[in-house]
Amino acid sequence: MIEVQNLSKRYGDKLAVDGLTFTVQSGTVTGFLGPNGAGKSTTMRMIAGLDAPTTGSVTVNGQDYTKSTAPMRELGILLEAQAVHTGRSARNHLLALAQTNGIRNSRVAEVIDQVGLTEVAGKRVGGFSLGMGQRLGVASALLGSPKVVVLDEPVNGLDPEGVLWIRNLLKALADEGRTVFVSSHLMSEMAQTASRLVVIGRGKLIADTTVDEFVSRAAGNAVTVRTPEVVELCRLLQGPDITLTREALDLVHVQGLNAEQIGTIAWQAHLPVYELTIQHASLEEAFMQLTHDSVEYRSHEQAEVSA
Amino acid sequence: MTAVSTAIAPAPVRLPDLKVTQLRVIHSEWTKFRSLRSTVWTLVIAIALMIGLAALLSAVTNSEFHTLKPDEVASFNPVSASLGGIGFAQLAVGVLGVLLISGEYSTGMIRASLTAVPSRLPVLWAKVVVFAGGVFALMLASSFGAFFLGQSLLGSHGVGIGYHSAVRSIFGAALYLTLAGIIGVAIGALLRNSAGAISAFVGLFFMAPPLAMLLPSSIQDSVTPYLPSNAGGAMYGGSSPFEHPMGPWTGFAVLAGYAVVLITAAAVRMRRTDA
Repeated sequence: MIEVQNLSKRYGDKLAVDGLTFTVQSGTVTGFLGPNGAGKSTTMRMIAGLDAPTTGSVTVNGQDYTKSTAPMRELGILLEAQAVHTGRSARNHLLALAQTNGIRNSRVAEVIDQVGLTEVAGKRVGGFSLGMGQRLGVASALLGSPKVVVLDEPVNGLDPEGVLWIRNLLKALADEGRTVFVSSHLMSEMAQTASRLVVIGRGKLIADTTVDEFVSRAAGNAVTVRTPEVVELCRLLQGPDITLTREALDLVHVQGLNAEQIGTIAWQAHLPVYELTIQHASLEEAFMQLTHDSVEYRSHEQAEVSA
Repeated sequence: MTAVSTAIAPAPVRLPDLKVTQLRVIHSEWTKFRSLRSTVWTLVIAIALMIGLAALLSAVTNSEFHTLKPDEVASFNPVSASLGGIGFAQLAVGVLGVLLISGEYSTGMIRASLTAVPSRLPVLWAKVVVFAGGVFALMLASSFGAFFLGQSLLGSHGVGIGYHSAVRSIFGAALYLTLAGIIGVAIGALLRNSAGAISAFVGLFFMAPPLAMLLPSSIQDSVTPYLPSNAGGAMYGGSSPFEHPMGPWTGFAVLAGYAVVLITAAAVRMRRTDA
């Protein structure tokens, strides 16, 4: 379990993390989302004790991680920035990390095999591809069989096979009862793996909820109706908080009513309905809507359109 | 990458007795130390300089001995003549010390190291222990090698190991190089940048002594002898430009003082600032 309490981090005059409070529970995969520069990596570095909070606190499994006696048993972390000496082989890198906590040597071979790096374990890390580097980072996070696994953008640089591997790995780790906290700026990726979400923008908490709740909260679900009697149906559906948008001669987009309500009204008025489609807001749209005001780096073109 | 592992989370892993101890961190640092090519090469260079320059300087001195002036003959120290490689070997050792830590900052490895050992200071102590142990052992062997090779090439001007300052100077040379390297470790930890830290080391050991010669003579005597390389030179009977050079153990104390102060500063910085 990770508990973040009123956490802030200031770099110079920039407040990278601003009063975050949330809890990451064990046994589930929790996604950590936000646009680039939202403060995800900074928060993760504070969880691992690499950066000291300006205010507030973080605990891992109920204690300050920096005071842990068997740190690799408590927390395994993959940082977004590479954290490996390029001149050393993958095996020696993992061996050196394992030795600090007294992890047996055979465990090093196990994690190398688990992440699929056995063939290149003796090669210097400097020659690794981005994907191999990510796998090595995951291996180092798993070394101590930790209760909490924190991964910063783990699918970066992975091929589709690697992405699938990460998804399954995350689920399996959570099923074993571990706390799994994974950052991403890709909502769709989180939809595949996470069941809970912590969403931040500009260092502030935007949402701490389940994936399903997040989507429905972000964009009210809408229904499109295909009927030859568009005008008549619109007259019947009119009301406060209901938005009707005619999209084609025989097609209307309804916000504020659900499919059952629309179907019943049409049936009562004997209006034929050929199609009634529930439009789920995609996770990506929900994310864009909620973080719209907190995007740190927006392309110029986009900024003008949204202005 | 052909080895492909789809899915498969770890079967319940049994890892008993996990705990960070100073001894384990030292073991880890030893693994890091021996597994980098740069470490191996820098040490090979240091050894080659110690022994190679001893041979060269001794042979030249022997063949040119008849050209020395009487006062030069009077002050001739055959032991320090064979340890003349130190001036260059200290650069190799200092660079190795710097890279031991700055290399971790430049590659990002330090984040992995300090996540595995979040109390941090055991990592610094372990680096100092491994570095000091490795460098002292190799430089002691090199100094003995330099001495015996140098003395044989000095011919009739050479002395045996029983010569009054021989053993002390040989140990002094190894100690000097070890302490100079530890100062490099501290500078690397303080500056966290390889180029900057190497420049600072060179400045302290190579630039400061000649620059101090430019000071007015009234204050020169109270500054110059206390520079790390000058004070440390007393440990191995390095050619001293001073009328009243320090005793070997005084020189050792001064150089060790620099190392202790700088390592302490490095520890404070490592503990307090973000990695």
